Amino acid sequence: MTDQKAPILEVRNLAVGFHTAAGEFDAVKGISFDLYCGETLAILGESGSGKSVSASAVMGILDSPPGFVRGGEAYLDGENLLKLSPSKRRDLMGEKIAMIFQDTLAHLNPVYTIGWQIAECFRVHRGFNAKDAMARSIDLLDRVGMPDPERRAGDYPHQFSGGQRQRIMIAMALALEPAILIADEPTTALDVTVQAQILDLLIDLRNERNMGLILITHDLGVVAEIADRMVVMNAGEIVEQGPVRQVFANPTHPYTKRLMAAIPGRGEFREVLPLPEGDAPKAILEVRDLAKHYGITGGMFGTSTGQTVKACDGVSFDLYAGETLGIVGESGSGKTTVANMLLRLTEPTRGTATLDGKDIFSLAGDELLRLRRRFQAVFQDPFASLNPTMSVFDIISEPWLIHRDVMPKNRYRERVVELLESVGMVADHAERYPHQFSGGQRQRIAVARALALEPEIIICDEAVSALDVSIQAQIIELLADLRDAFGLSYLFIAHDLPVVQELADRVIVMKSGKIVEQGTVVEIFTNPQERYTIDLLGASPIPDPEKMLDRRQRRGISV
Amino acid sequence: MTTPTEPAAFIPPPPSRGLRLLSLLWNDKFAFMGAMFVLLIVLFAVFGPMLFGDVATKMNLRARNMEPFTLDKGWLFFLGADALGRSILARIMVAGQNTMAVATSAVVAAMIIGGTFGLLAGFIGGWFGNVVLRLADMIMSFPSLLIAMIVLYMLEPRVENLIIVLGITRMPIYIRTARAEVLEIRERLFVSAARVMGASHWRIVGRHIAPIVLPTLTTIAALDFAFVMLVESALSFLGIGIQPPDITWGLMVSQGKNYLQTAWWLSFFPGLAIMMTALSLNLLSNWVRIALDPVQRWRLEV
Amino acid sequence: MGTYLVRRAFHSFISLAGLLVLVFFLARLTGDPTNLYLPLDATLEARAEFTEKHGFNDPIYVQFGRYLVQLSQGDLGDSLMKARPSIDVVLEAFWVTLSLAAVVVPIALIGSVVVGALAAYRPGGAFDRIGTIAALLGASAPDFWVAITGIILFSLTLGWLPTSGYEGNIVYWIMPVTVLLIRPFGLLVQVARGSMLSVFSSAFVKTARAKGVKERSVIFVHALRNAMLPVITVAGDQAAGILNGAVIVETIFGWPGVGKLMIDSIFNRDFAVLQTSILVTAIAIFTVNIAIDVAYAFLDPRIRHN
Repeated sequence: MTDQKAPILEVRNLAVGFHTAAGEFDAVKGISFDLYCGETLAILGESGSGKSVSASAVMGILDSPPGFVRGGEAYLDGENLLKLSPSKRRDLMGEKIAMIFQDTLAHLNPVYTIGWQIAECFRVHRGFNAKDAMARSIDLLDRVGMPDPERRAGDYPHQFSGGQRQRIMIAMALALEPAILIADEPTTALDVTVQAQILDLLIDLRNERNMGLILITHDLGVVAEIADRMVVMNAGEIVEQGPVRQVFANPTHPYTKRLMAAIPGRGEFREVLPLPEGDAPKAILEVRDLAKHYGITGGMFGTSTGQTVKACDGVSFDLYAGETLGIVGESGSGKTTVANMLLRLTEPTRGTATLDGKDIFSLAGDELLRLRRRFQAVFQDPFASLNPTMSVFDIISEPWLIHRDVMPKNRYRERVVELLESVGMVADHAERYPHQFSGGQRQRIAVARALALEPEIIICDEAVSALDVSIQAQIIELLADLRDAFGLSYLFIAHDLPVVQELADRVIVMKSGKIVEQGTVVEIFTNPQERYTIDLLGASPIPDPEKMLDRRQRRGISV
Repeated sequence: MTTPTEPAAFIPPPPSRGLRLLSLLWNDKFAFMGAMFVLLIVLFAVFGPMLFGDVATKMNLRARNMEPFTLDKGWLFFLGADALGRSILARIMVAGQNTMAVATSAVVAAMIIGGTFGLLAGFIGGWFGNVVLRLADMIMSFPSLLIAMIVLYMLEPRVENLIIVLGITRMPIYIRTARAEVLEIRERLFVSAARVMGASHWRIVGRHIAPIVLPTLTTIAALDFAFVMLVESALSFLGIGIQPPDITWGLMVSQGKNYLQTAWWLSFFPGLAIMMTALSLNLLSNWVRIALDPVQRWRLEV
Repeated sequence: MGTYLVRRAFHSFISLAGLLVLVFFLARLTGDPTNLYLPLDATLEARAEFTEKHGFNDPIYVQFGRYLVQLSQGDLGDSLMKARPSIDVVLEAFWVTLSLAAVVVPIALIGSVVVGALAAYRPGGAFDRIGTIAALLGASAPDFWVAITGIILFSLTLGWLPTSGYEGNIVYWIMPVTVLLIRPFGLLVQVARGSMLSVFSSAFVKTARAKGVKERSVIFVHALRNAMLPVITVAGDQAAGILNGAVIVETIFGWPGVGKLMIDSIFNRDFAVLQTSILVTAIAIFTVNIAIDVAYAFLDPRIRHN
């Protein structure tokens, strides 16, 4: 695959700095790598590793100021991109080198049609007239698998789904058949089934045009799936590079080793709690026929149009003491709606959830307040779930101010320190504010807050989704330890299958508001019965190059 | 138990927030001058009437319409004298008090009352939210100068009435901003977290929403202050604001307008004082906006 | 979009109705006009005849009912001062104000967008610094003082421009237009600059650059249309402000506009004229708001589809 000929892109000693309030900061500290025709080079790194910044610098679209290129070269066809005049560089952009991004909604101009935006490439670089340029755009849309391209070329970015928008970005980037495509986390925001389609498309186009593909990602599964060679970045430096199989089989740098070890879903299945059998299998929470329908309103007085969206439609399950029940599903499956209803953040349309013989949806006032003590939550985004104006002490002790009988005031400080220590933090942290902590630390604080009321059930809504892999592993371990130490039950909601595999005893698979399949974690992952579950598992990238190659060949895609 | 192994996780707090802000201010020379000027005007407003109250009202027929830029009669007459021979500089220093008092009270009242209504309208919503919003619309669609004129004509043009009228006309902007912010903030996860804990509505509004809305409202108030000052001056100029023998800068401009042909300085200097104060406030609130924005703050440091 | 406009019209109608009621009662609280219009030594009979004729002796709610009945028949009442239909008096004055606004607003809008865009392109550059300070100065200047200073300088000292008056000749327009322009221009430059600054840092501008689009086109094709919404909002407010009566400018330069008319009608207790002026300007402002909504929908398809 990688020829002996010269690389099409040579990056040498690239260094990028940023002006920040705390002085200058080195985001990229002199990195070098090559890219050859027809290969996929993955740049792997966690947030803040400098992987996206390096790509932006090569593309010349660094946010500048405050970012600036400190030094280094990037040779494309023997010319140093970093030293070209702006106009010469513009001639190469789109023509020789192109880029696609993660957040497609933000990266497409909201006020122009997508046909116009693709056609712009032809007008700018080839001087096509509007009509010819549009005709070419429609061909391209067809090529990237956009249904009904002629009509859809006249639509605006917000009228497409995330996966379709990524196809549009790809069409736009590949309009002029560039030699190099840089893809910056192209599938991170997408559901796994859509992710698989986009990755297939990228590989297909790479083979068809023999171009060099740089894939920037944090996801080892994606690397294993489509990359030939990989570069591992940490804190602005390249710590390891080599062929994907070699790096996966035999990582040499400690950081890479740590990263590989942190991959979720490679451990053993948890030993499943024996379901109470025979005489009285008693669940602590029984959910029956839970449903949430939203009426669509419109018209002059916001009256109902009679149409409804069924966010959740007849969901029933039991949760037993001390077990972890995983709920998996793609976006729009209704898994978060279930969580919000059980937390009484959203009122259900119908259904019951019985805790100790009482339907929690019928509770109000003091009874509801007492229920709150038994039911706590950890949310997805640790940056958003902590009030930025409150200190950690205030955040963790707030539940006691609401439930006055839990804790006498003179014990607050002592107990906050205990809780901080139980989530792996120290007493000093109590006086600090959320913005002074990293994402993983904030999620620890959120867990400590959930523990403050000594609940029986904690609902984790995508609680580790926003975190880097290595941090993700730490939080999962923490949750498992706490479960065993305090006998907690978790309702663990995630879109990410490997994460669920690691922590759950039983799993529910949801799609379009309904339960598709449920069973023990071993049953679901090793012997799924429903088509949808099989597709979901099949689309989820496995961080193992050998298995992925196997799977791709079966799908008939050459790598 | 796990131990955190995250590198570079903790960002130490800066040594002193106040000092850092001061050095940021020093780095923006225009904003620094603005801050100094505002400080000067505030000092005049507080101590002016006490120190120069007598000079400002003492008539001196020999100094009638005395020209500016001479020190013959002492530094107080550097900006000349008015038609009754009173020192313009002294009168400017004294008149600042009324202007500042009216503008401060009106803006603070508008911010507190409007902000509270906006918070509640956003949080409670429903018919209450709608009524508040419609009232804000109604006040906004009414020309504020005109509303002030009718009311002041009807009541008496006293300082309290002026404050009430100006306060009411400035309320909509706080209502709308606070409401819009609440609608966004109440969907944030930390508010959900508080609800899951069982926090009461009062706790959610008071502890979780209001502290986030307040800085935005304060930034608006700084800009609004300059605007209210200009409206107050315009009312005084039209003769329906504060009445003689009290003085404001706008009134001084108005009184000087009869002597445009012979003594331009009567109107010019008080007007300049209005403009310089408004400009300083604008410069300062511009700076505050950048200093509070973590994405832009570095600009002030290099 | 259609239903949105209808709902908007409905809300405006409610606001307008509330406004008219408020003005009706507020205005009558300012006192009885009889003493203003009849000589001090007028006989009791003459006074009684005057109040009888204009209905001022009826209880206020009867007067209000009568006003509503007349209003429903399209009769807005006569001016006490000029003894002719108030709508004629108001429209004459409104035309003057409208012509001022028609000159001022387009200049302010186009000029400020260009200045704001260029200032935001290189934040901290020389053009940005000068532009920002000039904009702040403009937004801080009291219009009455600028007008007076302008008269001192250009009329009294230099003798280039007339002190006041309203004629076809362009020299009469220069000072009023300039004075009216200063504050909207200052505000709009700041808004345009801020809006462009945030659009320049948005992701789709990067995409455009990654495509190799020329900078001029990045600024004026990709960024500008996205940055226009806040600018148009503020421009609309400023236009509404001018239509509501450029009171200061009309008073100082002696232009018979609607602002001056409103002030005079308050002092003269000419209730019909006051009410009609407010009705006319409110309708004008409503029209401006509709125009802004339409402009929004034209500029941003996301609004069109909602």
